Amino acid sequence: MTERSLRGRVAIVGVGETTYYRHSQSPDAEFKLALKAVLAACEDAGMDPREIDGWSSYSNDRNDPSRLAAALGTRQLRATLMAWGGGGGGNCAAVANGAAAIAAGTADCVVAFRALAQGQFGRFGKAPTAPTISGDMAYMAPYGVLSPGQKFAMKAMRFMHEHGVRQEALRAIAMASYHHAQRNPRAVMYGKPLDEAKYDNSRWIVEPFHLFDCCMENDGAAAVIMVPAERAKDFPNRPVYILGAASGSDHRVAAVPHNTPNYASSSFSTVAPDMWRMAGMSAKDVGVVQSYENFTGGVLMALAEHGFFAPGEANDFLRLENLLAPNGKLPLNTSGGNLAECYMHGFELVLEAVRQVRGTSTAQAPRNDVALVIGGPMVTPVSNLLLGSEATL
Amino acid sequence: MNETKEKTGHYLPAGLPAPVPEGDGLSAPFWNGLREERLMVQRCTQCGTWQHGAEWLCHKCHRFDPQWQQVLPRGRIYSWERVWHPVHPCLANHGPYLAVLVELPEAGNVRMLGNLLGDPRQEVRIGAEVEGVFEHHADHDPPYTLLQWQVVR
Repeated sequence: MTERSLRGRVAIVGVGETTYYRHSQSPDAEFKLALKAVLAACEDAGMDPREIDGWSSYSNDRNDPSRLAAALGTRQLRATLMAWGGGGGGNCAAVANGAAAIAAGTADCVVAFRALAQGQFGRFGKAPTAPTISGDMAYMAPYGVLSPGQKFAMKAMRFMHEHGVRQEALRAIAMASYHHAQRNPRAVMYGKPLDEAKYDNSRWIVEPFHLFDCCMENDGAAAVIMVPAERAKDFPNRPVYILGAASGSDHRVAAVPHNTPNYASSSFSTVAPDMWRMAGMSAKDVGVVQSYENFTGGVLMALAEHGFFAPGEANDFLRLENLLAPNGKLPLNTSGGNLAECYMHGFELVLEAVRQVRGTSTAQAPRNDVALVIGGPMVTPVSNLLLGSEATL
Repeated sequence: MNETKEKTGHYLPAGLPAPVPEGDGLSAPFWNGLREERLMVQRCTQCGTWQHGAEWLCHKCHRFDPQWQQVLPRGRIYSWERVWHPVHPCLANHGPYLAVLVELPEAGNVRMLGNLLGDPRQEVRIGAEVEGVFEHHADHDPPYTLLQWQVVR
């Protein structure tokens, strides 16, 4: 193959996660959570963890690969990869970077992972209380625009204004996650269903986001194991192949403060076409989507920018019945996602996409040969990942 | 809800972080300008491109050290949000407040973020014309000034 592409060159052969906890409730230290997730993924793959020679993460994960490799007694350490940027924008990039190392021959068995123990290290949703502030946040924090929700609400508000999107579209996204979580015993919100009245009556966090439009904060860890495609069938599970991946953002997305030229955007306007090009596919080929909900408004814009509907059609497309497995036309966030399974910084979405392609989800989509993951909308860089079964190669 | 404003002339309660220029001084002309009730925006002397916030070079033509030009604080609301959930201790029990993103047609449509003065429960219209109000925090250490916005009647 002379074309520069990851398509079909790497397979995910193992997935694993810890118990997912409400934030600050993990009985385990963050590093121990990371070890547990990696071992669970190796057990799923039926492989010796000492074979791992590459490590990939994102969002400045605190769990250093050299220490992980020493703790597990791996034979050698090769690729160590970190996707730049905060938030969950790098969840798919961590997988793609690991796959790129395998494709380039700098590692043979890479684990991509994320671990979070917010009780140990502090929460995302609380503002810093320092007396002064400089840089990007100096233009926002003195005006009470402090948290991620407060930074992103105005993007969603502008998009909804430009395209006439109603609150009911955001509600359908939130309800789809909660609906699917009721079938997933791993989900933190398992046994806690959401209906329209409960959503409508929930308090505003920052308009246009109600409480249920905002992700949880959680503790836990999750990991996937990747190997070259040629080795995929040496492992017990149905292999899941990487068909496409991309990361980055549009022209000057990071122009502070809020001076991004394409403002009402999830940052996927260039990244989505990049991924489709690598995969040789388009939105119509996808049977199930995991789309990172930092806030439902990000899902709205990300699905539009991936071509599932034109912005003006959002109200028609984003109806609950369209988003549910098994009968909806595009089952969305089938494990419960960041809203209702676990805010594992979106890495739980990667594991769920693998389970969909394997056919082992608790809310299985019938069209499961091609599964999309969309990471961290509205931040920069963002990333995405298209996974497929052997039949799609 | 408006007690803070009546007592201090400030839209939000005391305790939020005070803006200070970076250690390298990049944005100092902007913050120093506000203290003197002058709104300063970077404009490239070579190609005329406006930019906000401050950067060391023009993003269009790459000429270094864009000039600072004074502009009238007038614009229109590009987007907005009403914040209800307090994420900072000083905002607990304060109630909702409005943040607006304002574009400045006289400065290449650069956007600035501030609070919208008046009733925090007012209806906000994207596209509404607004004018700037300098909100001085002269007694704060270090002293600083914010730029707030109100709808032009």
